[in-house]
Amino acid sequence: MSESPQAQARRSAFTLFAFAVVCTAVLGATHALTAGRVKANEAAARRALIGQTLPAGSFDNDLVAEAHPLSAQDAESLGRDDGARVYVARLAGKTTGYVFEAAARNGYGGRIELLVGLSTDGAVSGVRVVSHKETPGLGDYIDSDKSAWPGQFLGRRDETDKAWKVKKDGGHFDAPAGATISARAVTGALGRVAHYWREHATQLKTLP
Amino acid sequence: MLTNSSPADGSANADKARWRKIAADGLWKQNPGVVQLLGLCPVLAISSTVVNGVSLGLATALVTALSGATVAALRHFIPNEIRNPVFIMIIAALVTCVDMATNAYLHGLYGVLGIFIPLITTNCIVLARAEAFASKNPVRESALDGLAMGLGLTLVLAVLGALRELIGRGTLFSGAELVFGDAGRALTIHVVPAELNYQFLIALLPPGAFLGLGFLIAAKNAFDAKSKHRALLRLAEPPAHPKPEAAR
Repeated sequence: MSESPQAQARRSAFTLFAFAVVCTAVLGATHALTAGRVKANEAAARRALIGQTLPAGSFDNDLVAEAHPLSAQDAESLGRDDGARVYVARLAGKTTGYVFEAAARNGYGGRIELLVGLSTDGAVSGVRVVSHKETPGLGDYIDSDKSAWPGQFLGRRDETDKAWKVKKDGGHFDAPAGATISARAVTGALGRVAHYWREHATQLKTLP
Repeated sequence: MLTNSSPADGSANADKARWRKIAADGLWKQNPGVVQLLGLCPVLAISSTVVNGVSLGLATALVTALSGATVAALRHFIPNEIRNPVFIMIIAALVTCVDMATNAYLHGLYGVLGIFIPLITTNCIVLARAEAFASKNPVRESALDGLAMGLGLTLVLAVLGALRELIGRGTLFSGAELVFGDAGRALTIHVVPAELNYQFLIALLPPGAFLGLGFLIAAKNAFDAKSKHRALLRLAEPPAHPKPEAAR
């Protein structure tokens, strides 16, 4: 005798439930096996990225461990509405530089997240793009892995906000023709970091 | 007349022929990328370099093979009414496992492929093979079918990636360090010297992917047409008779 519709529905529901349980168990096991390594990878990648914004051999401390959260207002002034941190670099216990989390919200593809390294005199020691959605091959020159464009910021510590603009807008920095929006966004974000430094240098130098 | 062939030999030969057919279908005759035109979203988006293309292709091949084998093994336990949700659940679970494993063991590559690994779940190829083949065939054949289809896609991604990377950047295998660590940097070939900063943008941008895929499809169709034409000519040729000996 063939199965009644109710029995058939029950069997289907049970089968679906059983598959859901097994799949969930497989995912749970995979997560348990990989979670530690994923976390370590992410920390290592972040550490490496932060380290790239400072001169080689200029620090011997764990930068991620020396992260100081900024106030919501300070984070906002660096273009970040989701909080920001400053990482303090030290060599033999002596402060050698700072790395700021910053962001530009006006990139061509939206938000551009940056790490900006400053030496103790406020000069830019490195710029790294953490994430962006700029057009590949067109606006992604802002990434130092793709082009040498960010190199022009190294060593700069202009005292005026006016200087932190692209030449097209009366500032000091070059921008590729036809893709100025990305350059304008990054340059503006660096200007905000420089401005923040000028306003808070004394405070930053007293960080534990 | 006596022969040494037994029925077992015949069945082994038939098996071999069937396996060969499955492999040939996936890699060439029914290639998902240039014949069935399935899974074009990742094909077009990720094929900007050989390394990206091959990596995503292999991840897809792994998922297609594993999901094919799993569906085939469980096909008798899956009621017909709920086969689609079950297939999708199996595929999604496998993809998530591959996603986590990539994040854990190939973290650099994971950063590049990003959203395209989870999107393997929605790739038509995977569900199509589960539905059309794995749900009706034994485990080993289903695994081979999935692998062949996945490798067929990988082949398309590799060729398209090579074309776009070569024309767009003048390099081959850039980004190999994402897979092989720092030692992989040595694998990058600069066909155009790096100091020239060569770039041909259209090849790197989405239009380049569409154009490249179009040329690949055209090339495959032309090759197939030529092969068919040659085969027809061979059939039409009269059998070669030995020349009669010259009369003495």
